Amino acid sequence: MTATKERAVEAPAEPRTSAGRSKLSDRARQERNLGWKLTAPAFIVMMAVVAYPIGYSLYLSLFNYRITDPNGREFIWFRNYGVILSDSKWWNAVWVSTLIMIITVAIEFVLGMALAMVMNKIVIPRRTLRTIVLIPYSIITVVSAYGWQYAFQPSTGFISKWVHVATFGSFSTDYDWFGHHWSALVAIMLSEIWKTTPFMSLLLLAGLAQVPGELQEAAEVDGATFWERLRKVTLPSMKAAILVALLFRALDAFRIFDNVFIMTKGSQNTTSVGVLAFNQTITRSQIGLGSAISVLLFACVVIISVVFIKGFKTDLSRVRGDQ
Amino acid sequence: MAAEISPRAKAWLAVAAVPIILYTLLPIGWIVSLSLKPSADITDRNYFPRSLSWDNYKYIFTGGGHDVFVPALINSIGICLIATVLGVGLSAFCAYGIARLEFPGKRLILNAALLTAFFPAISIVTPLFNLWREVGLYNTWLGLIIPYLSLTLPLSIWTLTAFFRQIPWEMEQAAQVDGATSWQAFRKVVLPLAAPGVFTTAIISFFTAWNDFVYATSLSSTTGGSTPFKAHGSQTVPAVLGFFQGPSQFIPPTGYVAAAAVIVTVPVVVLVLFFQKRIVAGLTAGAVKG
Repeated sequence: MTATKERAVEAPAEPRTSAGRSKLSDRARQERNLGWKLTAPAFIVMMAVVAYPIGYSLYLSLFNYRITDPNGREFIWFRNYGVILSDSKWWNAVWVSTLIMIITVAIEFVLGMALAMVMNKIVIPRRTLRTIVLIPYSIITVVSAYGWQYAFQPSTGFISKWVHVATFGSFSTDYDWFGHHWSALVAIMLSEIWKTTPFMSLLLLAGLAQVPGELQEAAEVDGATFWERLRKVTLPSMKAAILVALLFRALDAFRIFDNVFIMTKGSQNTTSVGVLAFNQTITRSQIGLGSAISVLLFACVVIISVVFIKGFKTDLSRVRGDQ
Repeated sequence: MAAEISPRAKAWLAVAAVPIILYTLLPIGWIVSLSLKPSADITDRNYFPRSLSWDNYKYIFTGGGHDVFVPALINSIGICLIATVLGVGLSAFCAYGIARLEFPGKRLILNAALLTAFFPAISIVTPLFNLWREVGLYNTWLGLIIPYLSLTLPLSIWTLTAFFRQIPWEMEQAAQVDGATSWQAFRKVVLPLAAPGVFTTAIISFFTAWNDFVYATSLSSTTGGSTPFKAHGSQTVPAVLGFFQGPSQFIPPTGYVAAAAVIVTVPVVVLVLFFQKRIVAGLTAGAVKG
């Protein structure tokens, strides 16, 4: 039995190994060349629109250079970085961005997880819910920022009035939300959270769908409570999806620009790193300083990514499916 | 899964959906309400309008706002469409290669796309601002299309690769074995299988470009009138909204901004309503392998 089987397998294999070796590698080479030809245009364009400007930005950051004074351009090594890193404005912006990132991502995660669990199980308005949840995602951030700004502003908004009623009149209807540091941050963060929670919940929902149902049932049979199941079964088995969702949103939140720019323009100490970079470059034409801030912002993003990936002990390229 | 849920739990979940729906629609309803309030009522601070008026919309389409918003709308649609088509087109070849062929460098490309997607747009605005002024691309369509590729390309590469990996490619070979030519196999088998993924990716890419504020505010300064393909003027709707002063310096343009906001929101919401399922699949395709 074994002998005939072996022979049957060997017989057709023989010509392939003797005559076909060079042919096979030929085909592999062709495949490789075709692969490169197909992917090269997209890769090259991507590098041209991102890597090149970053390189240029590194270069520009070494100059003292204002657009309004092109002849005064002067090579000053790393002095721009020294100026920025010793300025409290920079550290304040980093603090604001970090604060917004931590608070919004934490709230979005809790809300998003609850939303995902409802969407995962819901039967009755299933399709409607999944559609409606996409609406904040699809709305332009600037529009969301205006909507919330008008809602908070004492001249046009309803929020203070509603809070006034809800607190039995102890909250002033004329409270100036954008006149104080913390309340302005609350308004900014609310707009950010409203807009991006659905996206977070969809990523979590995709992860939730991959949690093995048997595990859940087994835990339930063993008498685990809802919280125990969530903490010991559900969350650990969707670690990868959680990492992706948190990382995506954290990086997005750290570079927050649109909401701050529309709602406060950075007043009341709400300048984020993104707004700071914009102000230096576009408003004040300080190309050298602006470039240095851009480079530092990029460095922050890299640091956050590394912290996340190390913290979760998960290989990101594995998570995102190149298996 | 659904069968295991008791009617009681079902009812509770339906109840849980109510606050979610309210949460989602409250701000939308508010902007719509503002846009429909007559100018005298804008400051009445009521969530619902007392009386309705189309004045804000009239101002945008036929009144004083016409010269600002209509060209901006044309710019937005034109620039985002071109950036989407270019991005998705280039990515389609790239993703096909990654999904179907074995070659060194695949990982590098995917990781580069991921890094680019994480990249803060504001970081490349500074050098581009300087460069565009020197080469004359500042405030032009091309000057925005190029940076928009940094938004649409990485996203498309990831999403399309995930979609293409799910396609049963054996069917193409099967068709060829059955006597179809390569072209027939491509047209009748591959294209119908790949088209939904490409289309979904295009929608998501378009949303991303449509949402951009950073590039548009930094790299454009005027709308340039309503002739398409003009040499100068590329301000998009978000940029115009961000700096809109209104007809009077002393009265905030709240109603007009709200009306313009509704106008740019409606087409996107319609797209979402029609392609809900596909968009969800596309948003999560790259993130979690499923």
